Amino acid sequence: MSAPLLIMLLLVLTSLAYQLGRKRAFAVAQGRLRTLHSLPSYYGLYVAIWCGLPALILLGVWVSFEDALITRLVVDALPDDVRNVGADRLTLVVNDIRNLVRGSIVSSTPDAAILAAADRYRGLQTISHAAMFVVAVAVAVVGAAMTLTRIRPHQRARNAVERILLWLLIACSMVAILTTVGIVLSVLFESIRFFQAVPVTEFLFGTEWSPQTAIRADQVGSSGAFGAVPLFAGTLLITVIAMLVAVPIGLMSAIYLSEYAGARLRAFAKPALEVLAGIPTVVYGFFAALMVAPFLRDNGAQIGLTIASESALAAGLVMGIMIIPFVSSLSDDVMNAVPQSLRDGAYGMGATQAETIRKVLFPAALPGIVGAVLLAVSRAVGETMIVVMAAGLAANLTANPFQAVTTVTVQIVTLLIGDQEFDSPKTLAAFALGLILFLVTLALNVVALYIVRKYREQYD
Amino acid sequence: MTEAAVLTAPRPPRRNVEAIMAGMPRRRAAERRFRLYGRLAIGLGLAFLVLLFASIVSNGYTAFWQTHVRLDIPLEAAALDPDGKRDPDALRRADYGGLVKQTLRGMFPDATGRSERIALYGLVSNGAAFEIRDRVLADPSLIGRTLSVWVPADDDVDMLMKGNLERAGPEKDRRLKDNQLRWIDQLAADGRLEKRFNVDFFTRGDSRDPELAGIWGAAVGSIYTLLVTLLLSFPLGVAAAVYLEEFAPRNRWTDLIEVNINNLAAVPSIVFGLLGLAVFINFFGLPRSAPVVGGLVLTLMTLPTIIIASRAALKSVPPSIREAALGIGASPQQAMMYHVLPLAMPGMLTGTIIGMAQALGETAPLLMIGMVAFIADIPGGALDPATALPVQIYLWADSPERAYVERTSAAIMMLLAFLIAMNLVAVLMRRRFEKRW
Repeated sequence: MSAPLLIMLLLVLTSLAYQLGRKRAFAVAQGRLRTLHSLPSYYGLYVAIWCGLPALILLGVWVSFEDALITRLVVDALPDDVRNVGADRLTLVVNDIRNLVRGSIVSSTPDAAILAAADRYRGLQTISHAAMFVVAVAVAVVGAAMTLTRIRPHQRARNAVERILLWLLIACSMVAILTTVGIVLSVLFESIRFFQAVPVTEFLFGTEWSPQTAIRADQVGSSGAFGAVPLFAGTLLITVIAMLVAVPIGLMSAIYLSEYAGARLRAFAKPALEVLAGIPTVVYGFFAALMVAPFLRDNGAQIGLTIASESALAAGLVMGIMIIPFVSSLSDDVMNAVPQSLRDGAYGMGATQAETIRKVLFPAALPGIVGAVLLAVSRAVGETMIVVMAAGLAANLTANPFQAVTTVTVQIVTLLIGDQEFDSPKTLAAFALGLILFLVTLALNVVALYIVRKYREQYD
Repeated sequence: MTEAAVLTAPRPPRRNVEAIMAGMPRRRAAERRFRLYGRLAIGLGLAFLVLLFASIVSNGYTAFWQTHVRLDIPLEAAALDPDGKRDPDALRRADYGGLVKQTLRGMFPDATGRSERIALYGLVSNGAAFEIRDRVLADPSLIGRTLSVWVPADDDVDMLMKGNLERAGPEKDRRLKDNQLRWIDQLAADGRLEKRFNVDFFTRGDSRDPELAGIWGAAVGSIYTLLVTLLLSFPLGVAAAVYLEEFAPRNRWTDLIEVNINNLAAVPSIVFGLLGLAVFINFFGLPRSAPVVGGLVLTLMTLPTIIIASRAALKSVPPSIREAALGIGASPQQAMMYHVLPLAMPGMLTGTIIGMAQALGETAPLLMIGMVAFIADIPGGALDPATALPVQIYLWADSPERAYVERTSAAIMMLLAFLIAMNLVAVLMRRRFEKRW
């Protein structure tokens, strides 16, 4: 019996339990409904929850760990000569067994041990499915029966149901924390494994990046170099170019829209600029790679500049366009928060509007604007698709915007796309880069939010 | 001496107003400059937007029409169905490609020699044989007659007809050789070449042949992914928002949750992809490339958006509603369920639609969990290997054939159309249901 079918069955049982519980409440009330503590439907819900919830939780846990457990049992039962081939070969063997079980193609002609293991796997799977079915249904029925027989008029069914619901709500809000923990743990564990192979100092300060580890140990370049400085430099270069585009344009348009523009221009231009933020980044990547980069290369050649077709300039420019609305809408908010009295004071002293903005408004809003820019920087550092499509793969350590550079996110993508064995430093390096990326963006966000909050308190 | 003269010379008597007026032209000019910068900035921003849309539309609109060739194919019973039983299996296995080639040879007897013939066969798409097979299978009575059918032309022919390929230049640098150009011109002169609405683009999956590649496979992948995302993120997000806004005590623990939610909203999407790879695929053993995993990852990504929007919606419901409900004897949860939540629902749905629109455009985390594989089939469920629309765009943008450029642009147009539609619905819902209390 498959899991979806079992879930359907459990749902049917649960709704049945609800009806029974409700009926039972009417029965125990003996026609005098006001003797019941709660509404009859709460008795139904109470029974239904005890019928469905434990069984569904059990089912979830079972399905999550079934595969790993069966694999473990099967591997332990393999003959020693098959089992002791090293971790990476063993994963291949396990994959073969699983593929045999699913009936799809295997990498090699299976030998007797593998076939036996596949049979064992299949047998264990059948047993596990049957056991899961029996246990889940038993839990559901027992849960329903226990609560059903205990229904009394004075039982506080509503309070019990509400307590369970509250815990469910708490569990849901816990997902955010679980996600963060999951991110940190998954990235951290693989990074630690990476740093066992490659020293942290080499990773952080090495200037050579060529993660192509060879298949055989005696091949040329078999060592692989994992010095990430060129990636950091490339990320920085592209981010700086993006900021040079986004900050002036974003800031000036925010100032113009909030201080000068009439209602009609504002109503049109503000949402239009925000459309830029809603366009998927893959579209920007396409725009950068197929329109901007060739345009820059051809025009650069005409005035005697050699611009690589995957130049940092093209990626940075387009990323800057993408970030304009972040800068503008955030700084718009900040400047609107500056009290009108400051403006009036400056006008009263005879300052022109531009002078008021530059000498009064801007300094007052500066911390907020800095916060906005930091948020935009974190967005640029973590941006992936534009650089994957428009920036190069060559890890050049250069500050020349006309050359091709590569970034942290580009390398994460290229290291992890395609089938990879999970133990080579090459794949693990992606997680180490992910850790750095996570930490840097986290720090930028925390600092930015701190600055913004600190500043807002001044005028509240 | 001059220094002393300057020091001792009496200053001309000037009033403050004059000094100010003297500076006014400069200050006014500065004011005008400043305004100009502002206009320039907005103009640039809008110009980028227009440029982006214009370049994509101008590149992409041609993909909705595809050059087709009309072939008159004699469906000889001897070749297709030698047994005469009209057995579907036998009909499926018959050599339709050979029929197409034979027809082409008949139309252009001047193509002699192996390389010339290969060049001739190259004018018609590989999909032509399948098209004819499907027609025959749908209606076996066609056998024995001559079928006049429009089949897709090869992408090079298509590009030539759309003016994207050069006719001039040395022959060896051209994709289409002189003899091919001659045949194409003859086909066009016979009225056998025509641009027809590109149905394949909307109904097919990915293909290595640009003229056969469509977005439907990727669109179905996106639909499954978004369905999983919606089913998980909406209940989770609303429940979390309800707890945090209505029931949570203000303490360190709930502060931690809030800080977490705000930070998750700013974590780069690719990091979520790493999480999905490490946790869902490697730890829980879920299948690679499956929309289910994509949906799970996108759920975690869109949760902050939905939670923040839902909390704002709950906050906008006036406390008097709650108090009235409590006053007539509802429990806090009853007041929430039956009174506050229905009033906050439009705002929550709006936030959810916006979150879904973000999820629809997201690419990077899907690359991490293997949704970039080349998949020609239309996925049949959330566990089948699939790609998504934005990933398809990425894959096509990477393909070298010229014909993929217009297809990529057309796919982007479709993606943007969906996004605009979703955002429009969100805006309209906000207008329709927004209440001022």
